[in-house]
Amino acid sequence: MTVTMRIAAYAVRDLARSRWLAGYAAFFMLATFALLQFSDSQAKAMLSLVNVVLLIVPLANVVFGTMYLQSSREFVELLLAQPIRRRQLFAGLFFGLATPVSLAVIVGIGVPLVVMGASRETLAAGAVLALMAAALGAVFTGIAAVVAYGFEDRVRGIVVAIGAWLTFAVVYDALVIMVATRLAEYPIEWPMLVAMFANPIDLARLVMLTRFDVAALLGYTGALFQQLLGGASGLIVAITVFTLWATLPALYGARLFHRKDF
Amino acid sequence: MIQFQGIRKRFGAVQVLDGIDLTIRSGRVTAIVGPNSAGKTTLIKTMLGLTSSDEGVVVIDGTVTDREGAYRAGIGYMPQIARYPENLSGADLFAMMADLRRMTARDVELIESLGLHDHLEKPLRVLSGGTRQKINAALAFLFAPAILILDEPTAGLDPASSAVLKDKIRAEQARGRTFIVTSHVMSELEEVSDDIALLVEGRIRFSGPVVDLKRLTRQLSLERAVASFIEGGLAA
Repeated sequence: MTVTMRIAAYAVRDLARSRWLAGYAAFFMLATFALLQFSDSQAKAMLSLVNVVLLIVPLANVVFGTMYLQSSREFVELLLAQPIRRRQLFAGLFFGLATPVSLAVIVGIGVPLVVMGASRETLAAGAVLALMAAALGAVFTGIAAVVAYGFEDRVRGIVVAIGAWLTFAVVYDALVIMVATRLAEYPIEWPMLVAMFANPIDLARLVMLTRFDVAALLGYTGALFQQLLGGASGLIVAITVFTLWATLPALYGARLFHRKDF
Repeated sequence: MIQFQGIRKRFGAVQVLDGIDLTIRSGRVTAIVGPNSAGKTTLIKTMLGLTSSDEGVVVIDGTVTDREGAYRAGIGYMPQIARYPENLSGADLFAMMADLRRMTARDVELIESLGLHDHLEKPLRVLSGGTRQKINAALAFLFAPAILILDEPTAGLDPASSAVLKDKIRAEQARGRTFIVTSHVMSELEEVSDDIALLVEGRIRFSGPVVDLKRLTRQLSLERAVASFIEGGLAA
């Protein structure tokens, strides 16, 4: 095992015993169970679940990630006094943090779906949703690393982390809608599409929407989405965008970590 | 031998280390003393590569320390604050460090003499600050390193444990290990220190054997010797 994997294994062991993480998984279990139980159809339950996941997962990852990385500062100092390299330590912390938090969501959604005998389509949608949750988890853990190592002060760190989440989850969409209504008379399907692809939360939502045949309701833009994301080329674009979003902030966080004075 | 050569470090507007030239002799206990915020911890962190210096190098036994960090295999470090992942146990922590260093624990004497056996399986979060500090101390000695860096080692320890730790320092020094120990409480270190480096506002004001400092200042205790030195009675 490499140094990175060994560090990640201990971070996972630490987090696996965390009450916070157990509560996080329990939340998704309860939400999935309740939605399946009380919705008219499984498709409607899944749509609601998508909205819950797309709202909560980025928030939890960026806030918890920032807090975890900031509070492990003294431990990082001890680890850096060992004969290991900074890059190995950063990678170990990143994977050790992102993996259990994403697994908690996957278990939280997966167990009720399987136990309650969801249909094949629902299970397939659930699998894609789990994948999106893991991808968003990686993206927002990377952002958490940038915040945690860019801001020394803990309170400021949390404020910036919540601000980053608000920007991606709320402010960005509001701006896009504002621009779209102003320019309603112009053919803005393609710029809209680019705007949606650029935000990882919106991209995840688009990928999920194509699973439910509701994209048709969105008119010409929806048809464009369906056409693009339904095919192989759309998948490649989506994977590329997610990969960029998952690596660029993480790499920048690694750079801050590499140069940081502890 | 550890040589600090022209180390300078600035944090924002504060020049924390202002040209440190210091040689630490092997097989001896060197106390780095000085008032609060004199730069003691920063100096130690520079040696460990935790903090980069703006200028200057640290040379350990003829080799310039680099960012790769392989040299740290020969160093044991006891940091000032022991705050570790709360869900891991002391045993987990020891196992993790052994795993990272690819070494097995070689010196478990302090686990015994500090009475840590009963606490090793508990999560670190339920342990008192003093017990965590003991685990921290045991960890520094665990792999029998040639150099030990102890940052305020007796702060937070009860008198009995503090005595155990000091005896351990003396015993390991007799086996040829090199110690760098910091404290702002001079009397704490007096009985274990061979050499002293007095750090004030980022500069070394005195370095040499403790007896020399006492002779120079005509004081009997280290605390008074350092105090009279800082007061400027004897600007070197």
